[in-house]
Amino acid sequence: MSIRTVTFDAIVVGGGGAGMRASLQMAQSGFKTALISKVFPTRSHTVSAQGGITCAIASADPNDDWRWHMYDTVKGSDYIGDQDAIEYMCSVGPQTVFELEHMGLPFSRTEEGRIYQRPFGGQSKNYGEGGQAARTCAAADRTGHALLHTLYQQNLKNGTQFYSEWYAAELVTDARGHAAGVIAICIETGEAVFFKAKATVFATGGAGRIYSSTTNALINTGDGIGMALRAGVPVQDIEMWQFHPTGIAGAGTLVTEGCRGEGGYLINKDGERFMERYAPNAKDLAGRDVVARSMMMEILDGRGCGPNGDYVYLKLDHLGEEVLHTRLPGICELSKTFAHADPVKEPIPVVPTCHYMMGGIPTNIHGQALRLDGGHQGQAQHIPGLFAVGEVACVSVHGANRLGGNSLLDLVVFGRAAGLYIEEALRQGMDQAEPNSDDMDRATARLRRWDDSRSGESVASLRKELQTTMQNAFGVFRKGDLMIDGVKKVADLRGRIGEAHLGDKSKAFNTARIEALELDNLLEVAEATAIAAEGRTESRGAHSRYDYPDRDDENWLCHSIFDPKTKQLGKRDVNFKPKTVDTFKPKVRTY
Amino acid sequence: MKVSIYRYNPETDREPYMKEYEVDTGGKDLMVLDVLNLVKEQDDSLVYRRSCREGVCGSDGMNINGKNGLACITPLSLAAPGVLDGRKALILRPLPGLPVVRDLVVDMTMFYNQYEKVQPYLQNNTPAPAIERLQSPADREKIDGLYECILCACCSTSCPSFWWNPDKFLGPAALLQSYRFLADSRDQATDERLARMDDPFSLFRCRGIMNCVSVCPKGLNPTRAIGHIREMLLERAV
Repeated sequence: MSIRTVTFDAIVVGGGGAGMRASLQMAQSGFKTALISKVFPTRSHTVSAQGGITCAIASADPNDDWRWHMYDTVKGSDYIGDQDAIEYMCSVGPQTVFELEHMGLPFSRTEEGRIYQRPFGGQSKNYGEGGQAARTCAAADRTGHALLHTLYQQNLKNGTQFYSEWYAAELVTDARGHAAGVIAICIETGEAVFFKAKATVFATGGAGRIYSSTTNALINTGDGIGMALRAGVPVQDIEMWQFHPTGIAGAGTLVTEGCRGEGGYLINKDGERFMERYAPNAKDLAGRDVVARSMMMEILDGRGCGPNGDYVYLKLDHLGEEVLHTRLPGICELSKTFAHADPVKEPIPVVPTCHYMMGGIPTNIHGQALRLDGGHQGQAQHIPGLFAVGEVACVSVHGANRLGGNSLLDLVVFGRAAGLYIEEALRQGMDQAEPNSDDMDRATARLRRWDDSRSGESVASLRKELQTTMQNAFGVFRKGDLMIDGVKKVADLRGRIGEAHLGDKSKAFNTARIEALELDNLLEVAEATAIAAEGRTESRGAHSRYDYPDRDDENWLCHSIFDPKTKQLGKRDVNFKPKTVDTFKPKVRTY
Repeated sequence: MKVSIYRYNPETDREPYMKEYEVDTGGKDLMVLDVLNLVKEQDDSLVYRRSCREGVCGSDGMNINGKNGLACITPLSLAAPGVLDGRKALILRPLPGLPVVRDLVVDMTMFYNQYEKVQPYLQNNTPAPAIERLQSPADREKIDGLYECILCACCSTSCPSFWWNPDKFLGPAALLQSYRFLADSRDQATDERLARMDDPFSLFRCRGIMNCVSVCPKGLNPTRAIGHIREMLLERAV
């Protein structure tokens, strides 16, 4: 397969918040940078983020301190977030948020003219001793939209070269495993092109579409994880999936935690504010994993609402029409459209829904992708040429449970950090990996395999089966025997997806081909998730097992590492050595 | 129910045609996008854009029984009378006025070009403070109803003035964004922004037809924004 090559200093794959923050940094430096995105950038999933970006900018509370934010994040992660990375994110955060404001992001404002901040789950003052904090910077309930459009506008201004509606299909590596770029398909024409670059930045986002019920966009198919695993790059903590407490029942669309931050609360069928029983202090603003589990227990104990008792209600009407229409206008719209409920008058039916992938490609704070030398407990080595930022990466600032508002901060802090690092590395001279014809053959094999398919099962039916398997065996509560069965089903699906059929072989804007390639990636993410979830024999953060109900710090106060070559689960030490503050030692986690 | 969809594949079709599908919705008031997904399960060659499926990304703007809208937040009951109970077909066509790439996918280049022409980014040359630039809630309120645009192109492609002059008339979406920055107390490029629109076409081809207002899936009002820019141009002239 002979294909055209285009050459850049750096390429960014993915046009969400992390990708566009990275590309902006590099475009400003004058290096030749391309941003490849399978959708026009403002259609990326960052656009759906609602509640805000958490950061100690000391607007709502002049005494706020990034160290308090760091404490909350470490605790929220159930102590497997890396403290050096969390320290970096929380301390650099204010500067990155002010930069966004200077770029034009239309934040909501306080009477003093500063950025408006609202309370979010898991936030405290004074290291958990000073009560609820209000630390999430918001543009009404459309913060992701405002952030993504602002970053796109700045990239336009700075002349980033966009390849919109180009689909990155495979990472190209040389014989040593160094990254040389990607194979990407122009969706409009079907042409496959080799994008050759010294630095390849994956900013491909999450993979919530491995579940049948998810808040994620249809495009969140784990393309970066799939490409990494096929190239032999490991993934870390991939069993850690966040179930957001408030997805609209049936539709799956997200209702921001900001609703509870503004004073909304959850009720069961008896009208009881049940979170008071599970989290007496923080109540509805406990960590997302805690709230999601509490909701599921109410439902499983027969106190769910509706004809089938399979959801609870989010009550907002007591906040009054004016607060709802100024602070939560998007939620009012979404609720009317997807739940046929006007929050001004009636509660919204909600249920925990797959929302966020805490795991991903392990990286350091510069976004450099890591692999372990010498197997389990081995030393982490960076992979030359490969970077990952945003949801696809696992720095790890979220550990076993992400706090609300920390994902947007993660995107801009580490998108920026990777950009800064690559800029400097390019200035000092980076090597370009040179793939040979075998490497190129390997990178294009998957394209040929689908184009050569003559018969077999359909992409849509296999995708549905995969999603159902993951939903049933790897949800909010997990159980050993169900997971073992789930691992087997996913293995069986691997065989069948390998022989599935692509009916439409045309070139122009062939979305059937893209969906087939995405299915391969969903499978990779699902398999890694299944094996890692079955392998972590404890309950921590979002990973909650009936058969191992307790946290096991002796054996599992560590990252899991899934190695795609052996399909085995290894362990990696968590960083407990922040540079400027004392270590936050693991404690019992209550809210 | 019956669904009639505009089909055109540049590799195989000499001209576009309407294709009929029979879809079992179980009588439910699905969103138009859900129906499209069901059709794609029958016929994977059908092509359309989609991403967030909740009305915030702007991918799936299309013409639904004669009116532009987002497929993901248009329920069958609002598509047109009679569609939900099966008395009438659901009729889906690409957004009008832009070249068709394939089926329901249009080439958005002209639309994006007009957006870029208004320099849609904040311009402020004073050195930035160490914290955020301050803005009063009242000033911030002036960009409500403007910044929420999702660039779906439903408005511009329903505008006869844009159909006639898609290269010279900026169109409602781009003009709304122009005003978003004109109205922002932090932006300092007012005069340059206005000067670039001071010709017979960029802005003044708006004839106040207001199709843009009636189709905007986010409930925004480009005609009002255009009116404000007109006033600013007028004030600048006297």
